[in-house]
Amino acid sequence: MTTAMTKGGGLKVTARGEREIVMTRLFDAPRELVFAAFTVPELVQRWLLGPPGWMMPVCEIDLRVGGRYRYLWRNMEGVEMGASGTFREIRPPDRIVHTENFDEPWYPGESTVTTELTDKGGKTLLTVTLLYVSKAARDGVLKSPMEGGVAQSYDRLDELLGHMPRPDEARATFS
Amino acid sequence: MTPSQRLDATFAALADPTRRAILARLATGAASVTELAEPFAMSQPAVSKHLKMLERAGLISRGRDAQRRPRQIEAKPLAEATEWLEAYRRFWEGNFQRLDALLAEIQTAGGRPAARSKKARRGRRT
Repeated sequence: MTTAMTKGGGLKVTARGEREIVMTRLFDAPRELVFAAFTVPELVQRWLLGPPGWMMPVCEIDLRVGGRYRYLWRNMEGVEMGASGTFREIRPPDRIVHTENFDEPWYPGESTVTTELTDKGGKTLLTVTLLYVSKAARDGVLKSPMEGGVAQSYDRLDELLGHMPRPDEARATFS
Repeated sequence: MTPSQRLDATFAALADPTRRAILARLATGAASVTELAEPFAMSQPAVSKHLKMLERAGLISRGRDAQRRPRQIEAKPLAEATEWLEAYRRFWEGNFQRLDALLAEIQTAGGRPAARSKKARRGRRT
């Protein structure tokens, strides 16, 4: 199964094999800078924030093989969401491999994230490969609005169903 | 079921185009198994099998009419799944646009920008 689409800013999402999702995107900056933006806490805290209204008050990065990172996001209402993992490979300025676990998992198991930066004449092609523990876990993430047909189904359903009561505050902030 | 297991069941149920079409149909109103089978050129047992999966995922339930046993859509699990997935998609869209801006700022400044606050610096551990 291969699914690809382009989102704003050239973000492309593709399914590879049974357990992987690959995201690619071009940045107008040399890869040393992009590498720094992914690994220096003060820089990570500026962009890796998710939906509007969320901040990243905790960003700890022990950038060495076997080192851990810890991200904690918080919104205006004080709702928190955390993720952490371990670095498996670090090769500046073109490759980082780390594990990823969310405090409140939204997919089964631990995923492995490979971040690759390729020089494109002064610009940088970012390739992020997310490897999940099983096909079911990957498909869970993939069977989503990212897939054209499903996106349309969801859009239609959303329109038809209208506004629905939210299960809790945390989810409401993501809607 | 844990929230994670419930989400798995929801995704498994939504993975099939026929089941998605059934949900889209039910979103317009409750329908009996016979009514649901019509547009799919499928036998009633085949449709029933799909309905069972949707029911197990909590995406549909049975209405009160004992004769027609109409199926109706249950909005909550679907809302949970779409909310999480929307979050995932928006997360990356929004993040990368912010990263564009940050990279432009660094290059304009000709060096690394200052951190926004003491709080941000405190987060660093190297």
